[in-house]
Amino acid sequence: MLETILLQADPDLTFKGIAAIGAGIAAIGAGIGIGRIGGDAVQAMARQPEAANDIRTSMILTAGLVEGAAIIGIVVAFLVVLG
Amino acid sequence: MIKSIVLPPEKQVYRRAMAPSFDNPSLRSLALKALSLLMLLVNIQAFASGQEEGEEFNAGEMIMHHILDTHEWHVFGDVHIPLPVILYHKGEGLKVFMSSAFHNDEHQYEGYGIHHEQIGVVQADGSIDTSAVIDLSITKNVVTLFLVSLLMLWVFSSVAKAYKRRGKAAPKGMQSFFEPIILFIRDEVAKPVIGEKYAKFMPYLLTVFFFIWMANMLGLVPFLPGGANLTGNIAVTLVLAACTFVIILANGNKNYWQHIFAMPGVPAWLLVIMTPIEIIGMFLRPAVLCIRLFANITAGHITILAFISLIFILRQAGDAAGWGVAPVSVLLSVFVTFIELLVAFLQAFIFTLLSATYFAAAVEEAHH
Repeated sequence: MLETILLQADPDLTFKGIAAIGAGIAAIGAGIGIGRIGGDAVQAMARQPEAANDIRTSMILTAGLVEGAAIIGIVVAFLVVLG
Repeated sequence: MIKSIVLPPEKQVYRRAMAPSFDNPSLRSLALKALSLLMLLVNIQAFASGQEEGEEFNAGEMIMHHILDTHEWHVFGDVHIPLPVILYHKGEGLKVFMSSAFHNDEHQYEGYGIHHEQIGVVQADGSIDTSAVIDLSITKNVVTLFLVSLLMLWVFSSVAKAYKRRGKAAPKGMQSFFEPIILFIRDEVAKPVIGEKYAKFMPYLLTVFFFIWMANMLGLVPFLPGGANLTGNIAVTLVLAACTFVIILANGNKNYWQHIFAMPGVPAWLLVIMTPIEIIGMFLRPAVLCIRLFANITAGHITILAFISLIFILRQAGDAAGWGVAPVSVLLSVFVTFIELLVAFLQAFIFTLLSATYFAAAVEEAHH
């Protein structure tokens, strides 16, 4: 219902606005995921300092994978805005 | 014979061994120099992206122009370097000409027209039909691809020659830069992940790592010969992912195929769901490799360009606004460029690590 109201204003802007909100939600997902990875990694390094290097490598790798998922969402939003 | 020069104690120079922190004067001056160089480069980039007076600034269009592939190299302002256009017109053969031929009013040449970098045959109503024409032009991305390949060939052939010449002696020059990185890929990526059969995959892993890293870095340089968004082109990343896919297919052993089509230890009714999922997964993993690299690099370039276009967008509200936001905008662009330097290495590392993981799964022996 909210959409019918908004669509009467300017359908093009509405879809682009919703796409922008979608991109923001994808960024929130990335923030939560990578925050958890970082927090647990730091805790693990505190518990076992000898494993710090291995933990750091795994942390960076996993952060890259999670960010990949979030960026796919952002690319979809970008495609909506463009065409 | 190793010649060793021993200096008497009073002539020896002791280098200050200090912990790497910003109190260390040499580290601080290096950081300052890097920061000022980057700010200079970003200023060049901002100058190059500027428009002439009187034309309204379209940020989206400028950003897309710098992200996408073009048939000529836009150096700055009005300076363009034309690149060869190579077309295969079905039924009429190969046509080769420079893209400067399109620099007339209608953007047409000998019946071929260009619209948003798509080249096709001009129809009666003025539109462009691209279906009959295969575009094999040397575009900006193709030139960068050649550049990166030549750079890699030169670097690695000279490093290999140096190893052959120096034998077991300590590495010198470019060798000493690349040896730790190559050993890093072997000891932290290939060996722990793949196991004993790692040596077969090392050439491909090293090639793909250095190619992606060098192409990413070259894309961050804002002036010629860099500045082309090569790894942000989905066709290029698709080919890289396809190479990984082909190597997985070629090296899959019986255990690997069995795990995909008929996972052992799974009841038949569950296999009906699992096998299609596994088959989709087999195609999806390289596809995600492709999209991850493409999206990360393109998003980085878009961010940098967006911060620069902030200057020109605000300039439309008055020159003072444009000048006022310029330092903030340049600082933000520098900050994002530093992040992109990390991302350039990280994405190459992740692509290599995940390729190694898929190879490991392909050659894994069954363990009961």
